[in-house]
Amino acid sequence: MVMATKVALDGAHAVSEAMRQIDPDVVAAYPITPQTAVVQRFSQFVADGRVNTEFVAVESEHAAMSACVGAAAAGGRVMTATAANGLALMWEMLYIAASMRLPIVMPVVNRALSGPLNIHCDHSDSMGARDAGWIQLYSETAQEAYDNTIQAIRIAEHADLKLPVMVMQDGFITGHGVERVEVADDKDVREFIGKYAPEHSLLDIDNPKTFGAWDMYDYYFEHKRQQTDAFSKAMPIITAVGKEFGSRFGRNYGIFDAFEMDDAEMAIIVLSSTAGTCRTVVRDMRKQGVKIGMLKLRVFRPFPAAELARALSRVRAVAVLDRSISFGAHEGAGPIFMELCSALFAAGSDAKVVDYIFGLGGRDIFPQHIEQVVHDLKEIASSGKVKSQVSYLGLRE
Amino acid sequence: MAKENASWREANIGGIVLEAGSSAEYKTGSWRTERPVHDAQRCTHCLICWIHCPDSAIVVENGRWVAFDYDYCKGCGICAAVCPVKVEDHEHTHQEGKVIQMVMEGE
Repeated sequence: MVMATKVALDGAHAVSEAMRQIDPDVVAAYPITPQTAVVQRFSQFVADGRVNTEFVAVESEHAAMSACVGAAAAGGRVMTATAANGLALMWEMLYIAASMRLPIVMPVVNRALSGPLNIHCDHSDSMGARDAGWIQLYSETAQEAYDNTIQAIRIAEHADLKLPVMVMQDGFITGHGVERVEVADDKDVREFIGKYAPEHSLLDIDNPKTFGAWDMYDYYFEHKRQQTDAFSKAMPIITAVGKEFGSRFGRNYGIFDAFEMDDAEMAIIVLSSTAGTCRTVVRDMRKQGVKIGMLKLRVFRPFPAAELARALSRVRAVAVLDRSISFGAHEGAGPIFMELCSALFAAGSDAKVVDYIFGLGGRDIFPQHIEQVVHDLKEIASSGKVKSQVSYLGLRE
Repeated sequence: MAKENASWREANIGGIVLEAGSSAEYKTGSWRTERPVHDAQRCTHCLICWIHCPDSAIVVENGRWVAFDYDYCKGCGICAAVCPVKVEDHEHTHQEGKVIQMVMEGE
């Protein structure tokens, strides 16, 4: 068994511990708001000489991701971290990092996109970036954020992928909430991630190459198709890395976490910290004989369409909890709902699916909200009728 | 060398160009709407045009102006703008002006 230390850490500090152990060649980050404690703590490790990382304190998040692109093209193992509007300011460069196939790893502490001005948790920041070409992993706890950050290095740098990875955790709820976290031994983490040997590097001056060249209508399309192809190979690699992580560190990771799903007739789909609240309610409802289960999504990009359709093949009613809105989408639904609906439609499922928008801008969600969802699901499952496709939890009507 | 018209399976991942100096294969002359013309009789071979050309499209041999490289010249007109030598009757255009003048492509 590997050595590990149990410590009290909040989610942000747990991720900065992972970054210290990863010891990336370059971290470029914007040092003030909307930055989180991830970078604050990591820059202290740099100042204290506990990592060998070249830390570039840049003037904006656009510059942060630009510097990451340059450093990754030069052949470095590169990380940054951001949140909310900081992620929004990186937008242009997110696409460039992904299309240049640079395996940058970025913890994102999920927070609302202002305005009106708000800094609290929801998923509108990373959900807005869902088409940028980054793999997206979501974490329920500080422990998962730590574990996912370490696994993200292996996933991003896999020779068949070369895709950047975002590792999400819920702002404030996980980011600032102190939990018991098992921090693995530095040596074990370093062995697990291994050395990074990029296939191509700008600093390979004996074999000069051009990155990010002019790519017109004669080749751009082919390069986009290659990105889609890489995503189609990602799921088994994410699963294999999760399994290997489990055998080494004792915590297994898959594509999603199924709770009480074996004989479930109804299911709730949820991301990140709200899974904890849902699990409690599902457990209580099970005691009352309600056949409800929960799927906690870990991987949102690539979207596990086939896997979810299989997991939900015997379920009659599904509730999606979306912590963001795709404005102007069908009934003002959230992104998970839309993705799940197309996955189930393609699989020929006749399950009824409803969406609940919740928790925007850090609005609390309580067990009684989830109980309401279960109550609605029971009605839908028995009547086969959906009264409201998209509803709101905790909103003043 | 990347294969011409490579399929998405064959194309270099991420559009990385693996050979140095491959921009020479990209002929930009077709972008031109105007073309520089040169009066060889009156040129003093000061090479100010050669210094300013952003596409290295002034061909010089033994310190003397030899030709425009129309494979790469985009017709930006910088050479004509910086040319310091005045002529009264240009060899090609028969206009008063400078040793290098711009004419419409195809004229």
